Amino acid sequence: MEILQLKNIGLKLGEKQVLNGLTLSVKSGSIHSILGINAAGKSSLAFLIMGCAGYQPQSGQIFFKNEDITRLAIHQRAQKGLTLAWQEPARFEGLTVQDYIAAGMKEKNHRSIEEALAMVLLDPPAYLQRLVDKTLSGGERKRIELAAVYAMHPELVVLDEPDSGIDILALDNIIALIKGLKKQGTTVILITHREEVSEIADVTSLMCSGCIVQEGKPREVGRRFKSRCIPCPTKIFPSAGEGKAAMARD
Amino acid sequence: MQDYELMLDAYSQAGGTPEVFKDSDMAHLVIHKNKVIGSHLVPGLVLVPTETATGVDIEMTVEKGCKLEKTVHLCFGVLPREGLQEIVIKAHIQDGAGIKLLAHCVFPNAVKVVHRMDADIVLGDDAFYEYNEVHYHGPSAGVQVIPRARFTVGKNSRLATNFSLVHGRVGVFDLDYEITVMDNSVLEMNAKIYGYGDDVIRLKEGGRLLGRGARGLIKSRIAVKDNAQSEVVNELTADAPDSRGHVDCIEIIQGHARARAVPIVSVNNEFAQVTHEAAIGRVDKKQVETLMARGLDEERAIDIVVNGMLK
Repeated sequence: MEILQLKNIGLKLGEKQVLNGLTLSVKSGSIHSILGINAAGKSSLAFLIMGCAGYQPQSGQIFFKNEDITRLAIHQRAQKGLTLAWQEPARFEGLTVQDYIAAGMKEKNHRSIEEALAMVLLDPPAYLQRLVDKTLSGGERKRIELAAVYAMHPELVVLDEPDSGIDILALDNIIALIKGLKKQGTTVILITHREEVSEIADVTSLMCSGCIVQEGKPREVGRRFKSRCIPCPTKIFPSAGEGKAAMARD
Repeated sequence: MQDYELMLDAYSQAGGTPEVFKDSDMAHLVIHKNKVIGSHLVPGLVLVPTETATGVDIEMTVEKGCKLEKTVHLCFGVLPREGLQEIVIKAHIQDGAGIKLLAHCVFPNAVKVVHRMDADIVLGDDAFYEYNEVHYHGPSAGVQVIPRARFTVGKNSRLATNFSLVHGRVGVFDLDYEITVMDNSVLEMNAKIYGYGDDVIRLKEGGRLLGRGARGLIKSRIAVKDNAQSEVVNELTADAPDSRGHVDCIEIIQGHARARAVPIVSVNNEFAQVTHEAAIGRVDKKQVETLMARGLDEERAIDIVVNGMLK
């Protein structure tokens, strides 16, 4: 059963057509990776799914658990079980890690917050009272963001490049966390530009110029990505539709 | 109920713990309008309050070499709806002495109350003075708070002030502090104020780093919404070699509020440095959207961001 369906989505930011007739179905309980080079439209897709300001589609519809959520506000989507982990998480002056993680929890309890921190290999006593501000490194904020998502128990999470800014040793832990999310029943949309990270998914969609140009098993799509997208045959930042055409010529 | 009990009740509403007034190891002074209604001293602290027609004059000395271990609690207030309170403080923290003060200023029923404070504070060498001030103004905006202070900080000393007015209405708040800082001494000033309705906030803090190796930080966090107005003038001047300073002002506005920030940095010595940062704007969109993506509505998300900044 599909938990999320995007039908013929068009998104224009300023004069640029960022998403162009994008259609995507995500199966409940799966890890579905979205693979693509920089500027393919991956983060825009994440913001559009979450309903962020300025990312309302010009055309098409978004269905979450068969309900049309296209015009719902961010918090309304979140209350239905959808959330997003940002590629570069925000900083919050004066807000402790404990309060930040608790903000999204339906049943706030100390043990669950500690468990979530332990999942991302952060020592709870050392972090609970720290502030989610500039005193944390980018990598620490990213882990705390993932811990907050884990503690929230969402039905679907969009992880926007959870592997960026993370050192190689921590990557295994992030991958374990993503698998842990699946194990707790959360469907994961994993946005990445690294095919080796994409391989943990059940299904991979290859994104180019605002379209999904291929969908299939992660290894097959990853091979195509490696051979056809690096370097980009459409000379980087092509207009929407060119990528699809270039891929079709392959 | 007697004034003293009513003051302690208001003190509790402002976040204070009245038990401190029963602790014989802790010095305190409670002033209602122009009456001293409670006081207790500890060795090393000389506190002489004199009642005047409109308030209380206070002479305070912390004796040489005496570092008071426990916080000294002050409570100033006006309980009726109308009134004037003028507090004049002359304080001398002698060489090697130190004091930490926590002052609660409570005007829970104010409709037309004016509270003026005029202070001259002198710190000797190797001294410290920490002044934490918390205000509680109640739901009406009928308070005018007008603090004026001049601080002189001797050598190898530390002055820290923390001002907080984040509960109840501000009314009109007009603060003006001037500080001079001598060799190897440290100045830290923090102010956090939340204004709404038609509140008016004027904050002027000027620090002068006169001594070699002096350090200064002036930090303001202001949030205004509805039709509130704020103006923050933070000035830091470095005159001596190796003196360093930083001015940091962030103001968040919502609704029809207006905010103005004027950081002034002056350096009169080639081996000194003063930096500044100032920002005024809406609540950061990404912060709000992050919290909304956790299921909080926009209003609650903004509250968390603003309260975090003012914490």
